[in-house]
Amino acid sequence: MAAWKKLFENSTRLTLFIIRERLVMSHTQTTSGKHHFAHHFKDAHHEFDSCKVGMWLFLLQEVLFFAPLFVAYALFRSTHPEAFLEASHLLNWKLGAFNTAVLISSSFTMALGVNAAQRGLHKKTVKYLALTILFSVIFLVVKYFEYTHKIHAGLLPAGMFSHPVEHEKTPLFFSIYFMMTGLHGIHVLIGIGLIFWIMMRAKKEEFGPEYFTPVELVGLYWHFVDLVWIYLFPLLYLIR
Amino acid sequence: MNTHHHILSVKNCSIIFGTLLIFTVLTVAAAHVDFGYFNFPLAMLIATIKASLVVFYFMGLKFDSNENRVIFFSSFIFLAIFIALSFSDFLFRKPDTYVPHNEIFNAKKFSSEKAPNH
Repeated sequence: MAAWKKLFENSTRLTLFIIRERLVMSHTQTTSGKHHFAHHFKDAHHEFDSCKVGMWLFLLQEVLFFAPLFVAYALFRSTHPEAFLEASHLLNWKLGAFNTAVLISSSFTMALGVNAAQRGLHKKTVKYLALTILFSVIFLVVKYFEYTHKIHAGLLPAGMFSHPVEHEKTPLFFSIYFMMTGLHGIHVLIGIGLIFWIMMRAKKEEFGPEYFTPVELVGLYWHFVDLVWIYLFPLLYLIR
Repeated sequence: MNTHHHILSVKNCSIIFGTLLIFTVLTVAAAHVDFGYFNFPLAMLIATIKASLVVFYFMGLKFDSNENRVIFFSSFIFLAIFIALSFSDFLFRKPDTYVPHNEIFNAKKFSSEKAPNH
């Protein structure tokens, strides 16, 4: 009994130590003002490069994550072109184009945020990250209006479709539309959470030329989300 | 300490941003002109140019080491394999031609005499 208790206590102690090491030690300033990097790296630059490789591997996975939806789109568009043509006309391309501009602007403010963090400009970093969140929220608001309009019009996925259309397979487009934009929207939501997190850290002036890794990595994630939308917009909204 | 990572200047960020907006306008404009079969490849080409600008400049792949480029672009090789194999199956499917075992001798497609009624 005592042995189990000891095991549990030591496990808890070890877990808390590891968490504290990862969270706290990576960004505390030593007396010389240099960033304290984890001990198994050659130097801080090596740590930064390794973190970046990890992020790119994750983005590789993200490409493959969206891949099946793009393949489904390609298969069904090639076999039912008229249905997809009709369905695309039922979307509002102006809202889609506006959302594209909004996301590109959010990528721009994110890049400026990374730039400010790299130069240690704390107030600017917070400002640009806040602007990025603003643009993302605008994007989601527009998507909310698009979705509610479709729900009212009966343009719904799979068996819930109830809008008068000419072609038999037009509802198939809307299944794919909701899956692709929905999955993308979830990624935007997660991105907002991540950007908010690093914005809070930037407020505490944790980032500078010595250490800006989280800003860089969240920036990479956010640019990838923009990348997916850059392809989604012409594929869904601009079939003519 | 970190002297050899690249910072994308505010000026260059703005240039890339402006170029992306211009290409977005181009995407919409090109969709409303009838190029026939070229509409889709053209839309994909413009989208790829925009994507390249984001990947190489905003994501910094142009100034990065080779490993990160290989990592990212290798995913598209697997995507291409995925598309190729899916299409090679899907496009050559025919309507269901299942024949119950006891009717094989009656089925026209297995019969040597192509009789009109059986």
